[in-house]
Amino acid sequence: MQDRLPLRPTRDAPKRWSYTRLQQRLAPYVFVSPFFILFAVFGLFPLLFSLFLAFHIWSPLDGLGNWRFVGFENFALALEPSDQFWSTLRNTVWIGLLSGVPQHLVALPLAYLIHTGLKRWQRGVSTLLFLPYITNAVAISIVFGVLYSERLGLLNYLRGMVGLDPLRWLGDPDLVPTSVAAVIFWRYVGWNVVLYLSGLQAISEDVYEAATVDGATGWQKFRHITLPLLRPMMFYAFTLTIIGNMQIFEEPFMLVGESGGAGAAGLTSAMHIFNTAFRDLDMGYAAAMSWLLFLAIFVLSLLNNFLLGRGDGGAR
Amino acid sequence: MTALPTPPARRPRLWRRLPLWALVGLACLLSVVPFYLMVVWASLPSDQVFTFPPRAWFGGELLDNLRALNVELDGQVLRSFWNSLYISLMATATTLFFCSLAGYAFAMYDFRGRRWMFSFVLLTMLIPPLIMDIPSFLVMNNALGWIGTPRALWVPGMASAFGIFLARQYIVSALPRELIEAARMDGATEFGIFRRVVLPLIRPILATLGVVTFVGSWNNFKGALIMRLNDTEIQTLPLALRRLGGGATNVDVDWGAIMMLVLITVLPLVVVFLLASRHVISGLTAGAVKD
Repeated sequence: MQDRLPLRPTRDAPKRWSYTRLQQRLAPYVFVSPFFILFAVFGLFPLLFSLFLAFHIWSPLDGLGNWRFVGFENFALALEPSDQFWSTLRNTVWIGLLSGVPQHLVALPLAYLIHTGLKRWQRGVSTLLFLPYITNAVAISIVFGVLYSERLGLLNYLRGMVGLDPLRWLGDPDLVPTSVAAVIFWRYVGWNVVLYLSGLQAISEDVYEAATVDGATGWQKFRHITLPLLRPMMFYAFTLTIIGNMQIFEEPFMLVGESGGAGAAGLTSAMHIFNTAFRDLDMGYAAAMSWLLFLAIFVLSLLNNFLLGRGDGGAR
Repeated sequence: MTALPTPPARRPRLWRRLPLWALVGLACLLSVVPFYLMVVWASLPSDQVFTFPPRAWFGGELLDNLRALNVELDGQVLRSFWNSLYISLMATATTLFFCSLAGYAFAMYDFRGRRWMFSFVLLTMLIPPLIMDIPSFLVMNNALGWIGTPRALWVPGMASAFGIFLARQYIVSALPRELIEAARMDGATEFGIFRRVVLPLIRPILATLGVVTFVGSWNNFKGALIMRLNDTEIQTLPLALRRLGGGATNVDVDWGAIMMLVLITVLPLVVVFLLASRHVISGLTAGAVKD
């Protein structure tokens, strides 16, 4: 390399080259530094502070420094069987299942049908199905609130047309989780279709052709080719659903109000933590509960990883 | 090679594909109906949003409802819209800049610590946002005094791990290293290369990241709630929505105005998404399937 002819006049070469080399060496560090600075201020420090708070009793009104160390008391309190944290966790998981399971049960076959039967329309269909995903949760909850109206809503009108009694969609504690879950289902089913569609596109046609030559039926192909090869995408989609559904906040908050509606059946853990922190100003207790919820998400993700993930998932 | 017999053209007859069409059509319809209803309701006289039987066709009261909405929001409709737009644009512009810059560095430079720095960036994606709510309120409230300001919403998100990951993946696969070398030979500065060579070439992923960031920021309700953007002067559209239409459905309020606000909140999202839907869908899912 050093034998090469210099590319520029040699007169000012030494100075220029050293400057160039210096900024070349430094550039990547400068380029990645904004993230690390921001993360230190708005991520790492708050994270550690939240952990610290979880072991203390403190209200922001007390001012910094006036916290009282209580050890694991906040956690113990939340884990007591009678504490509201459990019932909110139950609500969260229940709403999460009611919305999450149908999401995938519908999205996967729908994506398969679109992929095999409507290839030419795939982009247009994807765009339409994707629309609910980008919409505003607060706005759409208001729209669904009108549809759910007991006396004047469209849903009870439709029930009336086929001779059924009106339901109290948002007033009956037994129905509230379903009503909330339906909105979440509506918002995310298209997103999952799009995910599965891209997973299906990654599967080579050759595999299907080989199976056709061997005389496989459509169902056999779906069962023995599509499903196994789609497993990484299913793992990814399930992971997103679990993480998202365990933190559900806006839809129930808007549909049944911040206290969770009739029987607090719509009070999710995220809402409960929010209320505890910002309404009751019991920051330490709320922080402890948020870490417990984090733990629950972590355990569910592990379970998902155990069922669907592969050891080689992250290897390169 | 013996020529394989060409398979007979197997185009299933229309009637056999009808159930498929019906099913997919129904799914699309259900996706779109609430958007349709928003427009219908925003155009109805406010006492007819809630009627029995429900009305499903447009009325002529769009402008009246807009006027009524402005009154409900103390004359601050435009102001709320601007607040949302300002926060979202600031979030989007900064995210695009810092994330593509960092993504470029991770993709194209060999520097000490690159591997573990990038692993660290990915690791931060695993933190559920919920964990950050309380401590970020405290940082804003007790350390920075930013509660009630738009800054509190967009500054923390200026460089997101997801954005860096997305930009890096794209740059690794789409940008030839030779191009960078060539620009360097021509005497461009490192930042100059990024600005004049890299940025124009990664427009597709910028579109993806831009829409995702814009939509996420526009929809950020809990953040605005926590950072107390409640005054009519500084509230964002979701907070205005909550003020007017929150809680249990009550027939006595001005539903025409509320639905107009719903429409105003949702319409920009739909427009932004439709303009870049191709990039959004392909870009997002490309991040999901590896290689």
